[in-house]
Amino acid sequence: METFLGLDYPTWWFLVVGGLFSGYAILDGFDFGAGAWHLFFKKELSRRIALNAVGPVWDGNEVWLVIGGGALFAGFPIMYATFFSSLYIPFMLFLMFIIFRAIAIEFRSKEEMIWWRKLWDICYSISSIMLAFLLGVVLGNVLQGIAIGENFEYTGGPFLEFLNPYALMTGITTLSLFMSHGAIYLLLKTEGRLYTKLTFLLKKGMIFFMVSFGITTLYTLLYIPHLSDEFKSNPLLFFVPVLVFLSIANVPRLASKRKFKRAFFFSSLTIALLLVLVSIELYPDLLMSSIDPKYTITIYNAAASTKSLKIMLTIVAIGAPLVLGYTAFVYRTFRGKVTLDETSY
Amino acid sequence: MDTEILARIQFAFTIAFHYIYPPLSIGLGLLMVIFEGLYIKTKIKDYHTLAKFWTKIFALTFGIGVVTGIVMEFEFGTNWATYSRYVGDVFGSALAAEGIFAFALESGFLGVLLFGWNRVKPWVHFVATVGVFLGSMFSAVWIVVANSWQQTPAGYHIVGEGLNARAEITDFWAMVFNPSSVDRLLHVWLGAFLAGAFLVLSVHAYYILKGRFIIISKKAFKIALTVATIFSLAQLFAGHKSAEGVAKNQPAKLAALEGHFDANAPADMYVMGWVDKKNKSVTGLKIPGGLSFLLHYDFEAPVQGLNDFPKDEIPSQINAVFQFYHIMVAIGIALIILTVYASIQWKRRKLFKQRWLLWAFVFAVFLPQIANQVGWFAAEMGRQPWVVYGHLRTSEAFSQAVTDNQILFSLILFLFVYSLLLILFLYLLNKKIKHGPYDDSEEDDRPLTKEISEAITG
Repeated sequence: METFLGLDYPTWWFLVVGGLFSGYAILDGFDFGAGAWHLFFKKELSRRIALNAVGPVWDGNEVWLVIGGGALFAGFPIMYATFFSSLYIPFMLFLMFIIFRAIAIEFRSKEEMIWWRKLWDICYSISSIMLAFLLGVVLGNVLQGIAIGENFEYTGGPFLEFLNPYALMTGITTLSLFMSHGAIYLLLKTEGRLYTKLTFLLKKGMIFFMVSFGITTLYTLLYIPHLSDEFKSNPLLFFVPVLVFLSIANVPRLASKRKFKRAFFFSSLTIALLLVLVSIELYPDLLMSSIDPKYTITIYNAAASTKSLKIMLTIVAIGAPLVLGYTAFVYRTFRGKVTLDETSY
Repeated sequence: MDTEILARIQFAFTIAFHYIYPPLSIGLGLLMVIFEGLYIKTKIKDYHTLAKFWTKIFALTFGIGVVTGIVMEFEFGTNWATYSRYVGDVFGSALAAEGIFAFALESGFLGVLLFGWNRVKPWVHFVATVGVFLGSMFSAVWIVVANSWQQTPAGYHIVGEGLNARAEITDFWAMVFNPSSVDRLLHVWLGAFLAGAFLVLSVHAYYILKGRFIIISKKAFKIALTVATIFSLAQLFAGHKSAEGVAKNQPAKLAALEGHFDANAPADMYVMGWVDKKNKSVTGLKIPGGLSFLLHYDFEAPVQGLNDFPKDEIPSQINAVFQFYHIMVAIGIALIILTVYASIQWKRRKLFKQRWLLWAFVFAVFLPQIANQVGWFAAEMGRQPWVVYGHLRTSEAFSQAVTDNQILFSLILFLFVYSLLLILFLYLLNKKIKHGPYDDSEEDDRPLTKEISEAITG
């Protein structure tokens, strides 16, 4: 198989897709997390500030989902097709909540009535929680494998199959991770009463994450042994989980010193490293078949042609610096604490 | 109901709803660039006010366009898995390019556009506006390229057989510039400009009729009228080019558009009509040999008819395709008459004196929208039974793993959520229009004397 700098093209594209989904998890992760806390803020002013902290950036964050989805479609069409048609119900729910969340953000400020704003606050918060949870549920199903049969067609149950205990655990873990991540982001953007309140909430969030992460890890090691095979056969790889733990430990340490910028960096790094961990466990598989390993979708049997992958790597090489440029520009424009003015939500 | 029909209904519904918004975003984007550009150049505050006002309305359309667009991207995977496997190698790269080159640009700068009025310098804000507008134009490029490839595939070869057959890319630029891309892109862009311009015309015509914000509205109306006149005339040529392309590349579709059955005979052009599929005839008002003339500049030239094709390779809904196409053409002509007539009245300084004409513009806002919708229906239904023309049938393209109950479930959810979305959109649009272009803190306090009024009318 043709290679570039020692790696074959499907592996390169695996890295691209992984990078895009990590970027997406870090970015939409903090705004989902911020949204999940929304109902904990009781005062109208606090809610407005919290909403304006994500207001100018959430839409740009969702771009990463769109690009990631496109990249998966283009690079691994078979994975894209099987993945989305198998997990039909969770993805449809995901789409519904993403719509609800967007309209809640857009429409909340458009009327003064208290009931109107409360309604959209609830909508915003619940959809943020559900989105974080559903992402975790999908991840849990990918990690365990799903019932893929011949011709890469899913043969499992249509509705509640995806709500198995492990997926519920990964769902809750993802939610708690995003909630901590979101609380740190909000701490960077707020001051005064809301800031003080958030320092308390962050502590709760981190405890919530530690507990659920611990249980999920234990569950994985005990009941889903195939996920640690890679590490057992190659002990050198153990430095990755070690890094994950160091990175996680750094977050409360820095937060207690109120160094939230660095804490946010390590929180982002944690998300990225967890996805690296997942990638190592999976590679070169993308979606394991729980029926028979021969039906498993790998980066090789799902990949687009080398020609297509080369074209797209060129597209990414040109496009990625542009995307990073706009992102940096937007975050720079809206840096610092939130101030409310006529253009606020 | 069977899975294929449900999947098609769901796709048609979600894409038709989606297609209300992006054209508005592109068209309003153009007007915003013009308004803000004029402000930067002239420093006249009215243009700033207009740019700000239309940005707020743009934000509504853009927001809904984005979320309904995300649905489209994932619906290929959820509902059309077989199709996705078949075209991923080709179609996927266009979709990925859309995300990285276009969508990132528009969404990146959107925050600055909406929240940056007081945070960045006016010219930086203008750059953001241009960025968002260009982003939306590029989005159209890649989406139309992807769709055009389905209509007129190029730059690929087929590998594998049966269930494992799929298209693989051989030439990226041949895929991008497939035979119908350019024609269709121009047609779509112009349709989008018209959708935006006519919304601006409608709102400001309404203000003028109601005697509100008259000075600023007359300025806005004239700018939008200029845009609408130029592009409705241009659309005539773009539409004609498109039809020529269809005749060349998708003859069965062209025959369906005009209800032309006879094999290789001169073809008539209908102004309106009704297709009787059973008796293979059309009754209506026609120009004999008109279609032959339009395509070959000869009233006698033969044109392939539906009888030239096997029964299972022509669209089953011929009358619907015919009607949608003819409504689109009729609206195109109506827009030309309306805008050219109004421009002449403007030249004669009578534009704002004819109340009926202003009322016509108030309601004309629906025309480009209807034309965009029915044009798209004609293009997509005319392509049937193929999802990839000549290669993959729609009946083979849907997800095998998805059950009819799952689709029904999601379809009901979509019906509910999109209805809510539409109600909210119309409610907030109405509210913004009622509020008018000025912020609460500022008011248009210029006295509207006869002289000023005359000066502006002139």
